[in-house]
Amino acid sequence: MKDYDLTKTAIKTFDPEVQEIALSTDDLHVFYGSKEQIKGVSLQFPRYQISSIIGSSGSGKSTYLRSLNRMNDEIQIARVTGKIMYRGLDINQPKIDVFEMRKHIGMVFQRPNPFAKSIYDNITFAPIRHGVKDKKVLDQLVETTLQQAGLWKEVKDTLHKSALALSGGQQQRLCIARAIAMKPDILLLDEPASALDPISTSVVEDTLAQLKAHYTIIIVTHNMQQAARISDYTAFFHQGVALEYAETKRIFTKPAIQATDDYVSGHFG
Amino acid sequence: MNVKQQDKLATGILYTIAGIIILVLASLLAFILIQGLPHVTWHFLTAPARSFEAGGGIGIQLFNSFYLLVLAMLISVPLSLGAGIYLSEYAKKNWLTSLIRTSIEILSSLPSVVVGLFGFLIFVIQFKFGFSILSGALVLTVFNLPLLTRNVEESLASISSMQREAGLALGLSRWETVMRIIVPEALPGITTGMILGAGRVFGEAAALIYTAGQSAPALDFTNWNPFYIASPLNPMRPAETLAVHIWKINSEGIMPDAVAVSAGASAVLIVAVLLFNLGARWFGQHLYQKMTGTGKKGA
Repeated sequence: MKDYDLTKTAIKTFDPEVQEIALSTDDLHVFYGSKEQIKGVSLQFPRYQISSIIGSSGSGKSTYLRSLNRMNDEIQIARVTGKIMYRGLDINQPKIDVFEMRKHIGMVFQRPNPFAKSIYDNITFAPIRHGVKDKKVLDQLVETTLQQAGLWKEVKDTLHKSALALSGGQQQRLCIARAIAMKPDILLLDEPASALDPISTSVVEDTLAQLKAHYTIIIVTHNMQQAARISDYTAFFHQGVALEYAETKRIFTKPAIQATDDYVSGHFG
Repeated sequence: MNVKQQDKLATGILYTIAGIIILVLASLLAFILIQGLPHVTWHFLTAPARSFEAGGGIGIQLFNSFYLLVLAMLISVPLSLGAGIYLSEYAKKNWLTSLIRTSIEILSSLPSVVVGLFGFLIFVIQFKFGFSILSGALVLTVFNLPLLTRNVEESLASISSMQREAGLALGLSRWETVMRIIVPEALPGITTGMILGAGRVFGEAAALIYTAGQSAPALDFTNWNPFYIASPLNPMRPAETLAVHIWKINSEGIMPDAVAVSAGASAVLIVAVLLFNLGARWFGQHLYQKMTGTGKKGA
């Protein structure tokens, strides 16, 4: 693998007066044990836009994404330092109620992970736990979220069947519906289409494009065409560092950093 | 000899070994059932035992076995659930939890007669519970707890970590995630383990000889006040179980039909354990199908 200069970066910044920022990190470091996986990443994610994070395996893009809603808290040896700013609040502090925070910052994972419950219960489970009781509201929620996730037509007659009987692509869209049923501000997606076939992938991509109107989306992807197709901004990660962050078009046509150029043109490594 | 012949030979040897094992087990089972079942009548199942004359039954022993089982499970199920959930979901990896795990493993390999003598010293003598159902239930808990805990822990650990992430990412607390998602999904495994544990407890004799005692005083089935001395529910009375009864008849039984009573009691015991095992299998599969929507009964 070629050695790239990790100190030379080109990170786009936004003027909060002009572009509202949904989430940003300031000098974020993630350590697994003594190994530093993320080496000081500062990025701003604009509201109601899709930002994608690309990079090779082991570049730290998933690790970075998982620290945004503090899922790395679950890993005993992980340690996250630096600021994660959300609505003017640093959510990377011990006193933050992570369970409350995760209602606002939802997440969809690489492999579909529906609960072993019915389709209906998968969606209503968390809202009920958070206090929504009205059956009519729940019914409406199931329909709206399934429609937003592009799954309603396929499952509207089988809502009370087990979610595990769905295909992989359907399960992943159900997981998206489940995440947006919490009405989060921000949706984090960790390679949501990597386990899906091309048709399911394109359905999920259409879904994300629809969701952009109401949600800020940050998506990690292996698939550069996918990043180019759906995202407004793209960050390129390499060895735990965000080397470049800019408008997607710019990343794929006129990248400022040699490593990005090599990666998007397939001459990497 | 070519590869194909080798394969045939190996397969043949494996089939023979499996066949021998099945033959031994099946003939043991058949022997006990053929010897015992003819003696099993309604009278035999309900009448009290007789010490010196023929015609006694196993009614009280049978009741004692079930009552002891219920009490033992009442104590050990919640404890093993708590311990298993802690070990699987909450325990951090450090020297203390690995010490706990090692202790559980050692405890589960203790011979039951050692557990029985331990129970005799602690519960019967030290705590002054005497030869009683309570002592028996406690010693069965000691005997059963390690296995049940391991079963709960392993059943929970077999649930994918992605399910935990799914729950947490929806803003659920760890407690909610564990109780509402992980435990229900692990329920078929947990239930199967519990029922199999119950079967093991039901057939246990050595641990009970010194704790629940070897005598079965007459019970008054009209008085269910647990504080009444002859009440079936009184936990402080001595209670010989079916398995202990079989052991006792064979070592010191002097009734004329001792062989028949022993054979009949063994058949009943084996049928009961068999039912536990089949029940565990059926129940586990049924729960699994209900939850995953697979199989013909899919919800």
